[in-house]
Amino acid sequence: MSEPRPAVLVIEDEPNIRRFIRMSLEAEGCQVYETDSMQRGLIAAGTRRPDMVVLDLGLPDGDGVDFIRDLRAWSDIPIIVLSARTTEADKVGALDSGADDYLTKPFGAAELLARVRAQLRRRSSASASGSAVLEFGRMRVDLGKRLVERAGEPLHLTPIEYRLLAFLITHPDSVLTHRQLLKAVWGPSHADDSHYIRVYMGLLRKKIEEDPSQPRHIITEAGVGYRFVAA
Amino acid sequence: MKDIRPDPDLILDRIKEEEMRAARGKLKIFFGASAGVGKTYAMLSAARQQTEQGTDVVIGVVETHGRKETEALLTGLERLPLKAVAYRDRVLQEFDIDGALARKPALLLVDELAHSNVPGSRHAKRWQDVEELQSSGIDVYSTVNVQHLETLNDVVGGITGIRVWETVPDHVFDAADEVVLVDLTPDELLQRLKEGKVYLPQQAERAIQNFFRKGNLIALRELALRRTADRVDSEMIQYRRDKSVTRAWQTSESLLACIGPGDGSGRIVRSAARIAARLDVPWHVIYVETPKLRHLSEKLRLQTLKSLKLAQEMGSETASLSGSDAIATIIDYARDHNLSKVIVGRDHAQSWRPWKRSFADRVGKLAPDLDIIQVAREDTPADRRQEEKSTSESLLDRLRAPWQSFAMSSVFCALVTLIAMPLHTVFDRANIAMLFLMAVVLSAVRYGLGPAVAAAFLNVAAFDFFFVPPRFSFAVGDVQYLMTFAVMLAVGLVTAKLTADLKFQARVASRREQRVRALYEMSRDLSGALMPEQIAEISQRFAATGFGARAAIMLADERDRLHEAIPVPGGVPAVDVGISQWAFDHSAEAGWGTDTLAGSPLLYVPLKAPMRTRGVLVLEPSPSRRLMAPEQRRLLDTFARLVAISLERVHYVDVARATTVQMESERLRNSLLSAISHDLRTPLAALVGLADSMSMTQPPPTGQQCDIAASMREEALRMNSLVNNLLDMARLQAGAVKLNRQWQPLEEVVGSAIKAMRSTMAGHRVGVNLPAELPLLEFDAVLVERVLCNLLENAATYTPPGSTIEIGAAPAARDQIDIWVEDDGPGLPAGKEELIFNKFERGRKESATSGVGLGLAICRAIVAAHGGTIRAENRHGRGARFVFSLPCGNPPSLDGAEKDLPEEESPK
Repeated sequence: MSEPRPAVLVIEDEPNIRRFIRMSLEAEGCQVYETDSMQRGLIAAGTRRPDMVVLDLGLPDGDGVDFIRDLRAWSDIPIIVLSARTTEADKVGALDSGADDYLTKPFGAAELLARVRAQLRRRSSASASGSAVLEFGRMRVDLGKRLVERAGEPLHLTPIEYRLLAFLITHPDSVLTHRQLLKAVWGPSHADDSHYIRVYMGLLRKKIEEDPSQPRHIITEAGVGYRFVAA
Repeated sequence: MKDIRPDPDLILDRIKEEEMRAARGKLKIFFGASAGVGKTYAMLSAARQQTEQGTDVVIGVVETHGRKETEALLTGLERLPLKAVAYRDRVLQEFDIDGALARKPALLLVDELAHSNVPGSRHAKRWQDVEELQSSGIDVYSTVNVQHLETLNDVVGGITGIRVWETVPDHVFDAADEVVLVDLTPDELLQRLKEGKVYLPQQAERAIQNFFRKGNLIALRELALRRTADRVDSEMIQYRRDKSVTRAWQTSESLLACIGPGDGSGRIVRSAARIAARLDVPWHVIYVETPKLRHLSEKLRLQTLKSLKLAQEMGSETASLSGSDAIATIIDYARDHNLSKVIVGRDHAQSWRPWKRSFADRVGKLAPDLDIIQVAREDTPADRRQEEKSTSESLLDRLRAPWQSFAMSSVFCALVTLIAMPLHTVFDRANIAMLFLMAVVLSAVRYGLGPAVAAAFLNVAAFDFFFVPPRFSFAVGDVQYLMTFAVMLAVGLVTAKLTADLKFQARVASRREQRVRALYEMSRDLSGALMPEQIAEISQRFAATGFGARAAIMLADERDRLHEAIPVPGGVPAVDVGISQWAFDHSAEAGWGTDTLAGSPLLYVPLKAPMRTRGVLVLEPSPSRRLMAPEQRRLLDTFARLVAISLERVHYVDVARATTVQMESERLRNSLLSAISHDLRTPLAALVGLADSMSMTQPPPTGQQCDIAASMREEALRMNSLVNNLLDMARLQAGAVKLNRQWQPLEEVVGSAIKAMRSTMAGHRVGVNLPAELPLLEFDAVLVERVLCNLLENAATYTPPGSTIEIGAAPAARDQIDIWVEDDGPGLPAGKEELIFNKFERGRKESATSGVGLGLAICRAIVAAHGGTIRAENRHGRGARFVFSLPCGNPPSLDGAEKDLPEEESPK
């Protein structure tokens, strides 16, 4: 293919992890730029114009959230953050300020590549298709006509359920925090009523998932939020 | 449009009041015009009805007076035994409040609310017993006659000529939840009296025959009917207010009653209460103590204190102010508190000083904006006599002095006579008279009024005997000397009075100054105190100097239980724990000199601080000192308040310090743990990643090399989970885990746990069986997911591949939800069901199964942090079952979830 190789900026201070990410991404056919600090990362993001950023949240020279905000001020390229377990609050902070996905250390090459591919695909599909019809599993959603079908049958959704579903499927593969979902569906004044989201997510799952207790499309990221997966 | 919405604060107050009422027992009063109308009969009939409806009814005390119809009603009802109380070598039967509280029936019958208990009982009055019963949640039925109501007492006394001394404060009557009027026409009552159906005590038969005259009975009936009507009326007003038909409350209209010393004050208070009740306004009662009034006898001042207390009981604000000008003080108080009506007692007619304007006039002249209401004082001759007697008593008191003082003033007179003897040839006799006056002044300054008065008389006698010709005889040569004697005596007496007064005031002032200084020193000391022990010591010191008493402080803990008195160097009095706990629980004084258990040798004062009652101050008054003098009482109040505030301050200093230390150590622990976790995980993450990237090297590795890489990766991941477990355990053990509890469906976390453990459980079948209508639960999703993951991992580890693992949940008893993970594997080793939750405990030690046995210990810590429990058991058929429970709590409603949405058309 003549498509240009996607450029990925990796900001990570641990050389061995950096090396492993580099090897994995290069094997996937990406161009990789590495930096080991937040400051240099910001400069590199400006000069190299990457298609994606992989950012470690535990950098010694600054707060990852600031980096994300700075970057989001002028760019909407996908950001995947790397973080340790038991720091859910950091993850939520990063996601709320604009990161798209996260990986918990330790992670394998397969996990990393799956996330990177998903983000790159989302980016290209978002720019390419303006299609208002989305299909996943046995579901078909026509955003233009506000029609939802399951296995060819029209499916009735309440206004809330519909808005929730529409927001999820237009942000596939990204982790959406409770706050983001509440803001999008209920408006900013309800940003703290997170039980709303959980209850409606349960109702929505009952309608669109084959087995709501082991969902395939609406995945729970415990303590963080939800991720919609089409496949 | 007029805003008629009710004030939210008012509604809140009302809700609070209703909540309090709901917790309190209800009081139903059977109210009658006089004895014999059948109150007890009506009460028992009502109680029988309640019994038939299954209510737990017990008779506390009922006076049947041997009436057959009434006694017939008693059969079948449980009766509480009366308590025998010894009083002045007689044994009296009294209502047993402790027995009633211990029995704790739903409804208790207590006849004669106005009854005065035998001295030595817990409370002086039965209505106080009933209040305590109510506050511990027992419903009470009781009876009251109209003449026993405090405010109607003197009205009834005026009509019938018989005053009763057993009264019930009106606020008790007004606060009763229900009042039933038991009515009988006077003729019927008289008929019953003739038939002997009304109980009459033998000794007072004549008086009572007078009482039961038709005119009296009609008047009493009218009073009772009117009082009931008033109550119904105020219920109506309350109802209207509840339904906010209109607000009938004008706060600007409020009453100020001014009382003076003496018996009349009680009547003023009662009148003010009636007027305030009729106007439905708040009211204040004040007493202004001018320097002149300080000369009054102890008895009169206690009378005033009693009137103030009476006012307080009737629901007014009270204050005792001191000022040199009573009128100015009253006006200032009225203006400060926005009180527009002033009630004063009418002055005694003083026909010998017709120019003197009445008190009311003087107030009115200085404050034309205030309404002045004059009410009658009790002015019966008997009262007057009593009053005069008490004042004269006080004059006698003032003349009293030790005999040495009288002797010394006589010595002064003798000295003056001796000095004057040789001088009488040199000086004029008028100047010698001056010398004698000096002796009076000196006596007054040194020894007070009595000796000075004595000196004045002695001087006249000495002057006459030694200096007025004919000398050395009481005979008087010249009549004009009689004039000299008279003036000399008068001047002597006036001088003595003025000087003694001055001295008295100086003494009062210096005592007051002493008190203020003592208080100041105590508060200064208290402000430096850092520990309750120091406060106890300071109060011990103050009690010794200020009251001549020993003091102890008992502190209450978080669960409102009092601890032992704080030990102080001087030793603490022997404290009665029961009384002190009572004083604490009721926030009221108890023991010596109070209404409650006055027989105790110690006084228990609750230490009320702004946030809560902190404990109890116990005082052991020394027998010689009178603690009950009004100034002393006020000093005691201030003392208790200062101590309470200091205790509260010390408490919060402790809390603040503990919080700082806790925050600091938490911060330290967290930074340590996260540093360790970072340092341990980073190499592991690199290891996992590098093992993975080995397979991407060029040239492609062989199958064997791939296997090795995969094994390295597996081991690193296992190491990682071990590190996770260790760190989690450390965190949980240190209490450093802050739960991020959110309301959420269980289903969600079950799903995410299964997803997270998918690779571990690849060889097992997993089933989920959650009931559809499980309520939302409040838990930390990450931690509960961890519990489920650990349980799943545990099940997967200890069962052979191909086994079935099932997750289920169901509501259990006591507001809990049980959640379980069960398998059909070999089950748990018998007897180890509890042990496996210990740290480093593994089901089968000999096996090659990996893990150090932290998983279940972590589960237990997490579940415990959520307020739940976890247990393991073997299933009946085969396999093990791990059950943990989470509390249900009150899930938030979803009301509003579909509201407030921006308008948008709904999907078709």
